[in-house]
Amino acid sequence: MTHPMTTAQSNQPLHFIQNITVKQNGKAVVEAQISQAISRNPVFTFRIKGGAKGDKIEVSWLDNKGETSSIEAAVA
Amino acid sequence: MNNLRRTLIGAAAFLLLKPFAALAATWNKDAFGAKTPQDALKGIGASNAASSKDLVIEAPQIAENGAVVPIEISSAIPGTTAIAVIIEKNPFPLAAQFDFQNGALPYVKLNVKMNETSDVRAVAIAAGRQYTATKEIKVTIGGCGG
Repeated sequence: MTHPMTTAQSNQPLHFIQNITVKQNGKAVVEAQISQAISRNPVFTFRIKGGAKGDKIEVSWLDNKGETSSIEAAVA
Repeated sequence: MNNLRRTLIGAAAFLLLKPFAALAATWNKDAFGAKTPQDALKGIGASNAASSKDLVIEAPQIAENGAVVPIEISSAIPGTTAIAVIIEKNPFPLAAQFDFQNGALPYVKLNVKMNETSDVRAVAIAAGRQYTATKEIKVTIGGCGG
């Protein structure tokens, strides 16, 4: 995900993702609380059991400014 | 029933700015604001975590760039439902907490910022108990900004 993830030590205003939810076919599988200690443009790898081709995966996030975004993909 | 492991990678997203009503908005402010590893552990309820060899941290011994340190954590402790990451010498040690449910495995790979050479501590929560493991990562150039 593209996000500046600025820290309290930098000269920029604090702006970082706080919550991420990963859903498989509408059911939450991973819920993450993250912080300014996560690198800029966060990338995570998770593993899920029992996936099937065509499963809908949705990743959404919420940052400290209340901005949200989400993306969907199907398991290939 | 297929028990296939699927690797899921959080993808780079262009901003859709879709309102997302069902997103969990709990954020453990006290734990993330803690300035010592002990307070961070307390904030996530893991002050008495027991050391476990089944909680494995894979990470470079030396991180060239403290702004992006790749860490991989995997728990073989049965019933693990959450993993937290604490970077002991960071100004705010608690970096992240992941909760797994509905078939997600207790595994995560993430990139963190490290201020200086430090122990990275993983905490696993399984069946109401807490477990922990650490690994030292040396950092040549600190990555917390400023």
